Amino acid sequence: MADIAIKKKRPKNLDLPTIRLPLPGILSILHRISGAVLFLLLPVLLWLFQQSLASPETYAVAKALTGNILVKLILLGLIWLYMHHFCAGIRYLLLDLHKGIDLESARLSSKIVFGVSIALTVIVGAKVLW
Amino acid sequence: MVNRVVVGAGYGLKDWIAQRATAVVMAVYTLILLATLGALGPSGFEAWRSIFSNGFMQFMTFLFFISLFWHVWIGVRDILMDYIWNDGLRLVLMIAVVAALVGYAGWAAKILWRL
Ligand code: HEM
Repeated sequence: MADIAIKKKRPKNLDLPTIRLPLPGILSILHRISGAVLFLLLPVLLWLFQQSLASPETYAVAKALTGNILVKLILLGLIWLYMHHFCAGIRYLLLDLHKGIDLESARLSSKIVFGVSIALTVIVGAKVLW
Repeated sequence: MVNRVVVGAGYGLKDWIAQRATAVVMAVYTLILLATLGALGPSGFEAWRSIFSNGFMQFMTFLFFISLFWHVWIGVRDILMDYIWNDGLRLVLMIAVVAALVGYAGWAAKILWRL
């Protein structure tokens, strides 16, 4: 099994700041970051969901909290992370089915992911936060 | 073509499929929720609660949460395997993640069953 090691010397560039990450690369790292951040904030989100549903009084508490502009902006950011993960996730599912794997379509679909996820963030933010 | 030798049978394939199956469930739920939000009239506690209090959405929301916790377990485990190279620390973190997710599942059930 050991003799499958790659023998060819390939150029390496691990000087991160000099690497220009193309859009599909940014999409990909944001997909991982969004998944991790949403996971870490699950207790906060579950708590907020619970407050918003338990009773009119707790709903008012949640409403007052989200009335704070800083909280609003953070939640808007989280909605965007979710929408990005959602749209990029669907793109991955399609790629897994070998849909759109050539370079042209892959670039185009990552643009679509950014566009759609930002649009959905604005719509949902307007509906539930403002 | 590199003549690659595949080691073992279906290493991680089950998890790979589960990650995608749960993703599909959550994507469908997200579309349903977006449509429901769009159709929602005046905002307020009653309107908000009415989204989740009917039997269908209660079931779908619970299904979403269970899919989410399973999905997150696979995803976070993959991330830990990529970045945490100390076996002991990784094991501790994985146990902590499982414990948290099991707890969240109970919590989600409690939230929904009270509606
Ligand atoms: C509609 C909802 C969602 C869809 C369609 C979706 C889709 C996906 C897909 C396809 C992957 C695999 C990506 C890959 O193999 O590179 C993935 C990974 C992941 N997801 Fe989701 N997901 C959703 C919701 C969530 C949520 C809400 C969270 C967190 C709370 C989450 C956390 C993660 C994590 C941590 C990973 C691993 C990321 C990585 O390995 O880079 N997902 N998701």
